[in-house]
Amino acid sequence: MPPFNPDEPWLRQLALSVREHIIRMGTDGGCFIGASLSCADLLVYLYGRHLTISPETTASPDRDYLLLSKGHDVPALYGTFAELGYIDPARLANHLSVRDSIYWHPNRNIPGVEFHSGSLGHLLSVGIGIALDIRMRGGKNRVYVILGDGELNEGTIWEGLQVASALKLDNLIGIVDRNEFQANIRTEELIPLEPLEAKFEAFGWATERIDGHSFSEMEETFSRIPFETSRPTMIIADTIRGKGCPSIERRADRWFVNLTSNDADALLRELHGQAAADLESEILMVR
Amino acid sequence: MTYEEILAERALADERLVVMTAENRAAIRNLPGKLGDRFIDVGIAEATMVGAAAGLALRGRIPVLHALATFLTLRAFEFIRTDIGIPNLPVKLVGGVPGLLSDGNGPTHQAIEDISLMRGIPNMKVFAPADAHELAAGIPAILDDASPWYVRFNATAPATDHHEPFDIGRAEIFGDGDDVAIITYGFMLREALVARDVLAAEGISSRVINLRTLKPIDVGAILAAADETILMVTVEDHFLSGGLYSIIGELFLKHRTMAPLLPIAFAERWFTPGRLDEVLVNEGLTGAQLAETIRLELISERTGSFHASRITSGMV
Repeated sequence: MPPFNPDEPWLRQLALSVREHIIRMGTDGGCFIGASLSCADLLVYLYGRHLTISPETTASPDRDYLLLSKGHDVPALYGTFAELGYIDPARLANHLSVRDSIYWHPNRNIPGVEFHSGSLGHLLSVGIGIALDIRMRGGKNRVYVILGDGELNEGTIWEGLQVASALKLDNLIGIVDRNEFQANIRTEELIPLEPLEAKFEAFGWATERIDGHSFSEMEETFSRIPFETSRPTMIIADTIRGKGCPSIERRADRWFVNLTSNDADALLRELHGQAAADLESEILMVR
Repeated sequence: MTYEEILAERALADERLVVMTAENRAAIRNLPGKLGDRFIDVGIAEATMVGAAAGLALRGRIPVLHALATFLTLRAFEFIRTDIGIPNLPVKLVGGVPGLLSDGNGPTHQAIEDISLMRGIPNMKVFAPADAHELAAGIPAILDDASPWYVRFNATAPATDHHEPFDIGRAEIFGDGDDVAIITYGFMLREALVARDVLAAEGISSRVINLRTLKPIDVGAILAAADETILMVTVEDHFLSGGLYSIIGELFLKHRTMAPLLPIAFAERWFTPGRLDEVLVNEGLTGAQLAETIRLELISERTGSFHASRITSGMV
């Protein structure tokens, strides 16, 4: 493999295209746009550069597994899948159609989706089972679980952290999309999470913290997995909710948005640095 | 062979089988040494065990899970429904000390809504063995079946000599009496059979229908009993709502059938805990007590039937 240049234009372009897909999926019914934009760079890096998986190997027992535990960030995954050839990009127009399986939470009818999610606090334990089986069979592949920071409220996350640590699953990697928001409220204003690194370390996970929008930091960090043998790996990725469109970044009221086509166009212009958007679309504070 | 011996034999012959527990090893004490890394104890973490079982099943394994029935079906309910039920994975959930078998533990440990909860999950099937022999007879078929299963674990001493080979969805029927049909499952079979003997001594003929599996259920045996007997009685160590009584009510509606039915179950309450033999007496669930309850109901039903027949024949 040639030396990796994290500023390679194709990776930047891939992330931009995925964000365009996310914004378009935010129309005609809407989507959870804030979390989708915050984890987009992580998914682009993982599928574009890091994971051992391709559209041809989604059923291979030797593939790396990526599980989206919070699930409502799935537009970022589908955008990535469309760009990398897992699904036909035209299929994204079926978002929320009963004739397809593309809706607000993952469905494993979609090639590349390992398991359904949306109910918070589930996929760390599912990941434990997959990682256990890989280890039993002597496999070298790994299991990556993307967790929401709000999702860390759920008790089963902390149950799973203890079990994975006890089982010494160093082929299991947790990635927290630390965008600092619960659904509608800042995490630190509702159920404070910090000091998060110390908590994960205390639960037995080798933990590091990175900028979740920096491909160079991702490259440097993910290339060292596992950080320690016999310990599971946790990466806290500091991210920005709504990343890419400054008018909706770090906004408590931009969790779920149902965009008009005019507003979607405005956000796309903003994404490309052309003009700031001023949205009038429906805002759903609580779902 | 015991449940544990069958599980060991099967697991050693089939590497897909994985035995898991949430630190409840009563039924599987000897398996860690035999199964090595295919014995997985996650500690007291039922939900995590169920989620991990889904992950193992995605990789082709057949996980067999062990925990106390109440914590498995209640604490982990949403994980069972969402991670096992939705994808229809071949995970076997084995719940310990269900129903009356929790004896002195108290209501926290009384799994008497487990049938109701598990049968409500699409694809989930339910096996409620009457004793250790029936458990052993049924478990190979449960392991071979591709569906998720809930096993209401019961390894008590044999209630009887079972004369029918185990067959999923087929009841074992004792006698063909046409006064009363006692329909039951699990541990209460033993008392139901005693009740049958007591009733016979009083000149009341009865049959006992031991369902074995509640989902799928032996519809033919139940509808035949409705047609052929004067009184049906459901006997279960379960809440009145959601269990066998509800299942038969649903069946009657579906098949446009109506028949006199006396339910014996826990109506809107938990049972008073204690030593199992005392609990049975206290709850009126010994065979002799069941027989007396049934005898009185039969008298009332016969009177009512006579009255009804006079009305329909215009003799009022």
